Amino acid sequence: MSATLHGKDAVLAEMGQHPAISAVVAKMPDALTNARWDREELTLTIAPEKLVPVAELIRQSGYNFLEDVTAVDWFPAQEPRFQVSYHLLSHVRKERIRLRVMLAGSRPEVETITGVWPSANYYEREVYDLFGVHFAGHPNLRRILMPDDWTGHPLRKDYPVEGYR
Amino acid sequence: MSQWTATPILEAPVAEGAKDQTMVLNMGPQHPSTHGVLRLVLEIDGEIVVRLYPEIGYLHTGIEKTCEAKFYHQVVPLTDRIDYLSPMHNNLCYCLAVEKLLELPIPEKAQWMRVLLAELTRLNSHLVWLGTHAMDIGALTVFLYTFREREEILRIFEYVAGQRMMTSYIRIGGLALEPPVDFFDRVQGFIRTFPEKIDEYSNLLTGNPIFMNRLQNVGHLSAEDAIALGVTGPPLRASGVDFDLRRDMPYSGYEKFQFEVPVSQRCDVWGRYEVRLREMRESTKIIQQALDGMPEGAIKADAPKIVLPDREKMKTQMESLIHHFKIVTEGFTVPSGEVYQGIESSRGQMGYYVVSDGTSKPYRVHMRNPSFASLQALETMCRGRMLADVVAVIGSIDVVLGEIDR
Repeated sequence: MSATLHGKDAVLAEMGQHPAISAVVAKMPDALTNARWDREELTLTIAPEKLVPVAELIRQSGYNFLEDVTAVDWFPAQEPRFQVSYHLLSHVRKERIRLRVMLAGSRPEVETITGVWPSANYYEREVYDLFGVHFAGHPNLRRILMPDDWTGHPLRKDYPVEGYR
Repeated sequence: MSQWTATPILEAPVAEGAKDQTMVLNMGPQHPSTHGVLRLVLEIDGEIVVRLYPEIGYLHTGIEKTCEAKFYHQVVPLTDRIDYLSPMHNNLCYCLAVEKLLELPIPEKAQWMRVLLAELTRLNSHLVWLGTHAMDIGALTVFLYTFREREEILRIFEYVAGQRMMTSYIRIGGLALEPPVDFFDRVQGFIRTFPEKIDEYSNLLTGNPIFMNRLQNVGHLSAEDAIALGVTGPPLRASGVDFDLRRDMPYSGYEKFQFEVPVSQRCDVWGRYEVRLREMRESTKIIQQALDGMPEGAIKADAPKIVLPDREKMKTQMESLIHHFKIVTEGFTVPSGEVYQGIESSRGQMGYYVVSDGTSKPYRVHMRNPSFASLQALETMCRGRMLADVVAVIGSIDVVLGEIDR
């Protein structure tokens, strides 16, 4: 396999047999908008509105453990600016896969995956707290690390590291 | 600025039909059994826990934000400060992530030293866990014994790194310094007597009827719940899931070591106690193998633009001086990309997610800490049980608030 594969077509051509990819391509082909194989890590970019059914498909394909949910703010270089990354682990295949969704800066919102993995609860609260990304349908979307009455979301790139806000 | 309003905690839904007779009890943030500033809001019916909310964030210092303003090599000391009981695991995980981005091969001796130090760190962390966990239950003596051995580990750390706790010894590209000449003898001396010390702790606790009654069949967590709630490490293996990153997805040369992964089917606090005790014995074996097979050679990668030069070369060679000046003042650039590196820390699966945009500062560093996820399972383990069991359960998941709040 090549060291790096950029783009959906390249990944599909070489890794079409991968259980997660084949499950998504068979059931929801238009949900997969981009893919990358880089430094032995597989990243699938998913259309935000299809995240939950795709997550369920990938869970059924063997990725049983949600390891992490976090976000990256690409402001001001990119729009949609928020990238939410989900790291999934398979206890059987002993492999990770990364899902990512890109969200617009004006009202970043994606559906919660707490219905698929209940452990997403805290991670999504953290992303909401530090990035201001809203998770629709989350059971308890409150700030988790910052005080409840804090204004602003510290890990956004337009929030200064020091000095006055 | 926020577009959404948050639900205040006391308006959160109350368990069905329980409202008339329950009371809300606040535990912490300053409570001797919460291992730091953890606050629990408990709804109790008599002495039975109906609901439990962990409130965290008292130690939040914005380490992830600070990392974005530092050069790659300046982040290493910040990673120490996430978890004061296992600084080497945080160093190691961050360095492995950056090395993966750089695609930098690490010399074998550095890898073996990293394994040796990671296992010593695991012993250090498990010793503090054992002492404080037993103390929470009321067995004060064990604490004095475990801290005796922990002191020797900290002295070894001081000997090799110059610091007892905030070691920063594992660096991007290898290790900070060559270990002192008799470092290995000193570790050998410690390891030779350590298995007897584990027997000593076990003698004090394993057959003790009070300790057994407080731990057995308390804090039940099934394998399905553990996976669903993101629990990793000893609590996961005590629920019967046989998964350890050191064996299943090896890093830093762990595939060359022979060790067993302790698993228990008990699913309770006692199971987690047994698993950790056996893990200490396995760590001792790994350290012994590392001492026996320690390869010769360099402790730093051959990458002069990334790794700081030796002090002596810097004073005698012009190139080394230039490289030193460049690295310290400008840092080094890292090819753009994103990586996630996971390791098995004392508390479970630790992960560093590092995103680079091709500059000399990380665009984003995120830490996935095992305690943060394990805390979610606290309510499942405590619901319907006595209030006094909460203390035993907190001890059994071995939380460190520094790494939860970051």
